[in-house]
Amino acid sequence: MKHHLVLKVVTKIMVGFIILFALYVQFHGDYSPGGGFQAGVIFAAGFILYGLVMGLENVQRVLPPWIAHKLMALGVVIYTLVGIYSFFVGFNFLDYGALTPSHPEHGQHYGILLVELGVGITVAGVVISVYYAFASRSIKSQDEEW
Amino acid sequence: MVGFNLEQLVTFLAGYAIYWLFIILMMTGFYIVVSRGNLIKKIIGLNLFQTSVFLFYVSIGKVSGGTAPILPMKLKVEDFSIYSNPLPHVLILTAIVVGVATTALGLALIIRIKEAYDTIEESDLLEMNREEFSKENREDIEQGGLFKK
Amino acid sequence: MLVVSAIGVLWVKHLFGAAMFSGIFSFLSALLFVMLDAVDVAFTEAAVGAGVSTILVLATIILTKRRAKEWKASENLRPLALVILTGGILIYGSLDMPEFGSSTAPAQTHVGLTYLESTPKQIGIPNVVTAVLASYRGFDTLGETAVVFTAGVGVLVLLGGFIGTRRRKDQG
Repeated sequence: MKHHLVLKVVTKIMVGFIILFALYVQFHGDYSPGGGFQAGVIFAAGFILYGLVMGLENVQRVLPPWIAHKLMALGVVIYTLVGIYSFFVGFNFLDYGALTPSHPEHGQHYGILLVELGVGITVAGVVISVYYAFASRSIKSQDEEW
Repeated sequence: MVGFNLEQLVTFLAGYAIYWLFIILMMTGFYIVVSRGNLIKKIIGLNLFQTSVFLFYVSIGKVSGGTAPILPMKLKVEDFSIYSNPLPHVLILTAIVVGVATTALGLALIIRIKEAYDTIEESDLLEMNREEFSKENREDIEQGGLFKK
Repeated sequence: MLVVSAIGVLWVKHLFGAAMFSGIFSFLSALLFVMLDAVDVAFTEAAVGAGVSTILVLATIILTKRRAKEWKASENLRPLALVILTGGILIYGSLDMPEFGSSTAPAQTHVGLTYLESTPKQIGIPNVVTAVLASYRGFDTLGETAVVFTAGVGVLVLLGGFIGTRRRKDQG
């Protein structure tokens, strides 16, 4: 499809930057505006852009639907595991002091990092799965005027 | 009115006019939900309503002369001592994500409704419901009402 | 400007226009959030409202109809009365609120101040919103993640996110 050449070239460049930006937002959530939700949505937006321009089959070769479904659950599991781990070590549920028992204040940093990672993975997985579900429906209506 | 002058009116309006703007936006979204029959428009109107409520809520936390609640890197609070309240931001962050989840579910339902009934206008759906309900009533009466076996 | 785009969603019969107006509304409200010092919220609203929401509405429009049905002007009187009544009650209630931006309002003096003051000592990261979200109110965030997960599962159940089941016998 030659007339989509500009779109394809620009998309190939942009998707790399978008995913890099998503990782930046995720891990700098402590120091600048950002955090798990924003990073998850931006990460999914990179994949959605790729899918819109290159076609659904191509993006599903990169990230198959079953991986997206598993990612949805993985984030929630990470979050809950952090809580349960601190439960078993002897602190309260979701008390981040359990991660570094000698210095409870340092544990906050690790805890927030892990928890935001879990949130980001779940949000990215959900948005990508929802997009796959919407985009794989067959279109039954006729091509009316736009 | 006793003691009424222009300066008081301007101060009063400056304090409250922004709340009224948000209320007007809320009511527009509400009106879209209530008056338009197309289901997709209802969902979009619901989204508008939600976003205006978030604007209203965050505006409660704003402190005049303050800045975004991100402390400077050296973590000294006294440098820029007025920050806006971070608590509404946190609650609205959660609410935005819940809102998009609801919107996605609603849109998926609309797609299924279209496939099952071939229409997404509320008036058509109500009419179909009425016809089917009256058809069931007629069949029920023909078979004897309360006394059928 | 926000009111204009909201009225645009109301008037337009072509649903694509309504989707575009809602995207404009989301972007403008993200700008307004920045002016209200809520940078995290603006970030999320711009990404979610103007990105994901608009994409999903457009996908729904492609899969269903592209135009809304005509409506009669006489059907609008009762909704209009309801909306004006609700708006009037809300405006009357807003007169009781503290002025916009006041620093002595009850919302500013209790918990918010405590979070701002104790974040450097107890958690030690500059972004207070993330600190509150992930640490002080971490339990709420766990619940919210569960809600997002449930919504994803719900959409998958409704629409069947698997390619292979597209040729099931009950789909036309």
